[in-house]
Amino acid sequence: MKFCLAGNPNSGKTTLFNSLTGSTAHVGNWPGVTVDKREGVYKKLPERVHIVDLPGIYSLSPYTPEEVVSRNYILEEHPDVIINIVDATNLERNLYLTTQLIETDIPVVIALNMMDVVEKNGDKIDKKALESLMGVPVVEISALKNKNLAALMKTAYETAGKGKGGRSVIEQSGVLGGVYKEIVGLYGDAGCGDKVFHAVKMLEADELETAKFPEIAKKAAGLKSKINAKAFDDDFEAMVADARYRFLTQHISSVISRAAREENTRSDRADRVLTHRIWGIPLFLLIIFAVFHITFAEDFLFLNGLFGVSVTDPGWINFFSGMGYEGMLEEAAGGVVSMAVPSVGVWLQSWMGWLTGSIIDVVSGWMSASPAWLSGLVCDGLLSGLDAIFSFLPQILLLFLFLSILEDSGYMARVAFIMDRAFRKFGLSGKAFMPLLMCFGCGVPGVMATKTLENEKERRMTMMIAPFFSCGAKLPIWLAFAGVLFAGQYGDLVVFSVYLIGIVVAIVAAIILRFTVFKGETPPFIMELPSYHLPQFKNLMAHLWEKLKHFIIKAGTIIAASIVVIWFLSNFDFAFWNGMVDNIEYSMMGRIGNVIKYLFYPLGFAMGADGWKFVVASLTGLLAKEEVVATLEVLSGGLGLEALLGGMTVASAYSFMLFNLLAVPCMAMVAAVYGEIGSGKRTWGAIGFWLLTAYVVSMVTYWSVSYWWIGVIILVAIAAALTVLYIRHKNNNKFKGVAA
Amino acid sequence: MEKVLKDFSPGETGVVLKISNVGKIKRRLYDMGVTPGAEIKLVKVAPLGDPLCVLLRGYELSVRKDEAAEVVMEVKK
Repeated sequence: MKFCLAGNPNSGKTTLFNSLTGSTAHVGNWPGVTVDKREGVYKKLPERVHIVDLPGIYSLSPYTPEEVVSRNYILEEHPDVIINIVDATNLERNLYLTTQLIETDIPVVIALNMMDVVEKNGDKIDKKALESLMGVPVVEISALKNKNLAALMKTAYETAGKGKGGRSVIEQSGVLGGVYKEIVGLYGDAGCGDKVFHAVKMLEADELETAKFPEIAKKAAGLKSKINAKAFDDDFEAMVADARYRFLTQHISSVISRAAREENTRSDRADRVLTHRIWGIPLFLLIIFAVFHITFAEDFLFLNGLFGVSVTDPGWINFFSGMGYEGMLEEAAGGVVSMAVPSVGVWLQSWMGWLTGSIIDVVSGWMSASPAWLSGLVCDGLLSGLDAIFSFLPQILLLFLFLSILEDSGYMARVAFIMDRAFRKFGLSGKAFMPLLMCFGCGVPGVMATKTLENEKERRMTMMIAPFFSCGAKLPIWLAFAGVLFAGQYGDLVVFSVYLIGIVVAIVAAIILRFTVFKGETPPFIMELPSYHLPQFKNLMAHLWEKLKHFIIKAGTIIAASIVVIWFLSNFDFAFWNGMVDNIEYSMMGRIGNVIKYLFYPLGFAMGADGWKFVVASLTGLLAKEEVVATLEVLSGGLGLEALLGGMTVASAYSFMLFNLLAVPCMAMVAAVYGEIGSGKRTWGAIGFWLLTAYVVSMVTYWSVSYWWIGVIILVAIAAALTVLYIRHKNNNKFKGVAA
Repeated sequence: MEKVLKDFSPGETGVVLKISNVGKIKRRLYDMGVTPGAEIKLVKVAPLGDPLCVLLRGYELSVRKDEAAEVVMEVKK
């Protein structure tokens, strides 16, 4: 048996799904679109029931990918029952979808959720009245507290056996209703299933419908000429939508009796502060700062910097640093070890490092007797590569946890509300802000967070510019250069400038993409601002578990494979049967670097005797940005990293940094983008776009810094190109404005 | 008095007369309950001046000024 869950976003649908299916749930993609498809099994009925969670939708009109997916699923897969979850605190708008669902021939059961909140507000909902209004069974539940779920499933199971014809509320609306009935007759004559649903779609002059049934469309057009639709500018879709809401408004008072209530609920009061005209933005910045601080700060609450609090007890140091006392003691001057109290994220990361380090030690102990190439492959290649990626896992998850909390509480919708204006100029909406911000920490959760964007174009665009925001793994590269450029005098400015350039490139790239690849009208920003509520622990954990599973599967496949390849390339000669090479210069990687360095000549940093080293470092950086400094360190030989970097000119140093800032960030990111886009072609497109951007920006930077007049020419050219694009875009929109 | 939703000031309430835009945006607004006869109150304006937050049918909705300019309202005294 097959049940599906349908309902508005924020109606508690996912909570209900998680409660019903528990550990059997798994997430995939609907074919062709990047909309999550959740499936699972419910086992507490006489039959095993397969449950599909349709995406959250407000309507079955085929305008968003979510709506198309839901509509196709219901009509083509014909589930045995539709469980329509309805938020009882927002009855009118939720029932709008119900009026559409009952038009199919599939039995519908209403799961009336959040009844506890309704009762707390002192309101009353007459279940019987709702049942007779919609003509379907109603079960009151609380998805959150697991209340009445068994009763819901039992009702659904019993309803599944009974056949049901579609029914529409349109039949009650005068002339429109009369015409509707005649069109139903037409479908009846044609012997078509779901005739009520089809008739209503035909009444709306739905494009898909008229294309599918041209005969009926012709007759229907004749019938419809009877209707005076002047008030709606002959827009029948509008007329039908209006009829639905008219029906609901008229009858809703017989279903719900609202208690008099004070004007300001708790949610209103919270909102007044959080979206305040003046305090809204500073508060938002503060919240974001707190999230990053808890995840990435080495000195928690600035206890050390401000108050001089530090830990000196060896036991506590081991606790805070993941058994790092001995290592610190070796490095510490005068045998005195002290450290600042770290944030939760840094603390977890240290212990993760301890864990993976211990595993590597144990495995290399086992493998001490194996041939050098085998232990090299497993320990230096695979394990240490995975270590580099897994060591970020606690921070990625923590960042994601905070994101989920902000999302579930309803605050994220407010962030979009606050930031929308600033982002629209670049062709994005306020919703893109959060994912992009996460990218300063790590691009992987940032890309995963693009799920919250409704518009597919916007989602892909956000992913394309995501790596330009300098992530945590790139920071060591900037720091290495900060120490040597300009004699180390302006270190902070060097680091700051790289971050800033990244942001500027992202903005310019967004504008260019907006006017070229992702042309078209700006997506509307008609978004519900859900009431605030406390995020549920159960939901948060389900979220995190999903992400963790996703990450581990990717790390286990794509990432591990590419690590092995890179390890092989950098440890073997082309005559690899001769065994491992001692120096990466004589490896395949070194030799490839020495050949393709000519490709990088226009970027400046590849020139000179040491040039190939920077090329090789950049290549390994495509795997993971942690590799860049490590590779340079190895390649600098006896010279030392500082001497190697110090030998560069400012122009080639910046060119090198910007290439690494903008090029493919790491394999984890590629895997994440592939997971979200779900198309190999588009993933390659993104990779190409990043490499191209990196190449062009580095080249421009190198030549502009070397010869200032080249810089001026290029700046003028960019400004001119952007202006042309902008003007063309504006003109296009002027014409479209009427049609859109 | 007739006036588009975009020109409302916070706290002002009105009833929808019609939506002048045709196509996707209109359909989306209808789906969200912005239909002729619906009562809408402008709750507030975002800190940067756009979008707007309105209250209708017991829930809060955010619309941009561009979209609100298409919603013709009768101001309620």
